[in-house]
Amino acid sequence: MKLWQILFPLCFILSLVSSSHASTFVYCSEGSPTAFNPQITTDGTSNNAAGHTIYNRLVEFKYGATEVVPGLAESWTVSPDGKTYTFKLRKGVKFGTTKYFTPTREFNADDVIFSIDRQRDTSHPYHSVNGGNYEFFKAMEVDTLISTLKKIDNYTVEFKLNKPESPFITNMAMSFMSILSKEYADQLLKENKKENIDNFPVGTGPFVFRSYEKDTLVRFEANPTYWQGTPKIDKLVFAITPDANVRYQKLKTGECHLIIEPAPADINAMKQDSKLKVMESAGLNVGYLAFNVKKKPFDNLDVRRAIYHALNRTSYINAIYMGNAILAKNPLPPTIWSYNDKTEDYPFNIEKAKALLAKAGHPNGFAAELWTLPVTRPYNPNGKKMGEMMQADLAKIGIKVTLVSYDWPTYLAKSRNGEHQMIQLGWTGDNGDPDNFLNVLLGCSGMKAGSNVAQWCQKDFNQKIVKAKSISNQEARTKLYKEAQEIFHDRAPWVPVAHAMIYRAMSAKVQGYKIDPLGGDIFREVYIE
Amino acid sequence: MLKAVLKKILNLIPTLLGVSLLAFLLIRLVPGDPVMLLLGERGADPQMYTEMKRNMGLDRPMYEQYFTFLGNIFQGDFGHSIVSKRAVLTEFFDRFPATLELGIMAMTFAITLGIPFGIIAAIKRNSFFDFTLMGAGLVGYSMPIFWWGLMLIIVFSVKLGWTPVSGRIDVLYEVDKVTGLLLIDSWWSEDGGFAAFKSALSHLILPALAMGTIPLAVVARMTRSSMLEVLGEDYIRTARAKGLPYARVVIVHALRNALVPIITILGLLFGSIITGAILTEMIFSWPGIGKWIVFSINARDYPVIQGGVMMIASLVILTNAIVDILYLWANPRMRH
Repeated sequence: MKLWQILFPLCFILSLVSSSHASTFVYCSEGSPTAFNPQITTDGTSNNAAGHTIYNRLVEFKYGATEVVPGLAESWTVSPDGKTYTFKLRKGVKFGTTKYFTPTREFNADDVIFSIDRQRDTSHPYHSVNGGNYEFFKAMEVDTLISTLKKIDNYTVEFKLNKPESPFITNMAMSFMSILSKEYADQLLKENKKENIDNFPVGTGPFVFRSYEKDTLVRFEANPTYWQGTPKIDKLVFAITPDANVRYQKLKTGECHLIIEPAPADINAMKQDSKLKVMESAGLNVGYLAFNVKKKPFDNLDVRRAIYHALNRTSYINAIYMGNAILAKNPLPPTIWSYNDKTEDYPFNIEKAKALLAKAGHPNGFAAELWTLPVTRPYNPNGKKMGEMMQADLAKIGIKVTLVSYDWPTYLAKSRNGEHQMIQLGWTGDNGDPDNFLNVLLGCSGMKAGSNVAQWCQKDFNQKIVKAKSISNQEARTKLYKEAQEIFHDRAPWVPVAHAMIYRAMSAKVQGYKIDPLGGDIFREVYIE
Repeated sequence: MLKAVLKKILNLIPTLLGVSLLAFLLIRLVPGDPVMLLLGERGADPQMYTEMKRNMGLDRPMYEQYFTFLGNIFQGDFGHSIVSKRAVLTEFFDRFPATLELGIMAMTFAITLGIPFGIIAAIKRNSFFDFTLMGAGLVGYSMPIFWWGLMLIIVFSVKLGWTPVSGRIDVLYEVDKVTGLLLIDSWWSEDGGFAAFKSALSHLILPALAMGTIPLAVVARMTRSSMLEVLGEDYIRTARAKGLPYARVVIVHALRNALVPIITILGLLFGSIITGAILTEMIFSWPGIGKWIVFSINARDYPVIQGGVMMIASLVILTNAIVDILYLWANPRMRH
């Protein structure tokens, strides 16, 4: 009783002081940002803390979608040969004022040149600052794509490319193409504090960086001069809360307004709580089982189709993803434009599978290896367990599966060499462009690079995706990608398994939030009712 | 005395060397490659991978890496974090005050409740009170901190709404860092003062309860057994026979002598405070060294893990050495 007697009055008094201000929006995130510049970071946490809050790009993804819309560039034109992109920059855009920097001029072409050249030009004074590793810039091959970058006048810039490539514009909307202030960089150069550019950020975005308390909080303030209008919340706080259970409790007590990645087990309870709301959307990802079509007997189409029919994929969605995924029938997730909704999925049918196997000359089945994913990923939370379920399913049609796995780097390296027969893998898209899935994972060039683990180089499929990549008319591209998906479905180089869902839980008072299919959290239109 | 102290200090060297080897080896035994994690899945270009591995010195033989690590420590260089690129020592001292504040609060809780509970259980030996207290102590000692922390949150924060769920202070207050201890710094906060102090204190309650429960149980049981031993001594009987008040006998005569072993235990409990910090800080989003180490393990940030573990282990070993030396000073029989 003594403990209660001491604690009760103390807690009561203290509870009176804990209240939160209406215009302060608290977002409970899961990890600490590594830096505040998406040029040098690749993790989602850092991207949320900088890419979507502090910065803008010449073009942006439409809020809640994967379509590209004008950003810091009002408009752009593409030359008939598809190799020259000219951007007309928006006038009157101001960089945010912070404790450490007050801009004296508006955004212009110098800032664009500075931001791209920092990543492109190895002799640039900022190139090697803070590690100088521009992973996305290299991975999306923007470094080899741009041949020249020129300032035509203060509000016009021209990019010349080495080859026509329509996903270039989508890449320009990705966070790593954020525009930094050259004036601020010059100031830091003079003060000999170049390193600060990535930790004390200045951008044109909806929020202005205020402070970062390590592993605890990131504070932002609304940018009063934001070119799309001041955000509706005055202050934005990222409260770093690594444990999903605790995030949920904080949401219940009102200490968080919105939480990232609620635990799958809590989602049902959250949905039933009238004070909360849960938003969900299929993620930009796909988990699949690929056949090495270069190896026997997987070079035989009937064998591949037989396995497709034999796998009870719905049971994996329930057991492995706890129902937090949707069944995949295409290599593209449904949130990407050009997704082919007309594809008719191969139904789960053991008899048909047996018949196809017999037709392929394996009436009694055969023995094969299946590699199981050694890491946990949203697109496949438990590769080993899924492997065991696949093993049991395939045993029913006589295929004796041996499960194999390696540590992650070895797994990737060996699969790139094509040492596998069947392999579980997956992909999370970068930019929402169909090319980022179809070409990378199934194109003939992906075979050379090692990302096409099915080793599938289908001529008609490849022609379509290569053509789609070089034209900029979206309607024509959509048609080509839909046709490519039909070929994929017919030839079955993979069994697509699932698209994992993205969940966000928030207070019922939160308005204006949309799930970003690219996985980010964007707060510029959010407010509390 | 001086000789005995010097001997104690010399004994520290092999212990610290052993710790350095363990800190170095253990993280390398955990599956996962820091280079791969840094590069991400799409950046697994073999050339980039090799280059990065070389830059990080991870391509050299293991023994060479170890001796470089050891050599740098002797020069006061614990390495630089792979993730943040900052010096491990700076990162450590950035976070240590948070853990220290929580540790002090947890220990205060354990001592102020544990000693009286132990005394009461001893003087009311075998009573209902004794059984209840010692039973509760056993439960407290065996309770998993993770579960206990969550229960405290669900009861006190969610159901009763008395305390905040996690964090160090309400997000409304921005406190400038002076000592790093928020209970002190909050007084100088521009927008805070007393209100900020109260907020910091309210955020401390649950994590300190969670973290202090095991030490509380240990202190209570230790006090009880130590008191029982002392209460049976001849001089206590003499004191009582002289007609001294019972309270005076217990507090002045018995407790003073019973406290010696308890003080030793408090030194040892410092180690359990640090291990408790790892779990407590994760649940309560407490930005101390525990959370820092967990984040670093997840990122396979080798320099932080080996440097951080080395710093923590050194602190624990040094604290124990100081307690030992104090013991030597207090008890001359131990000097030989």
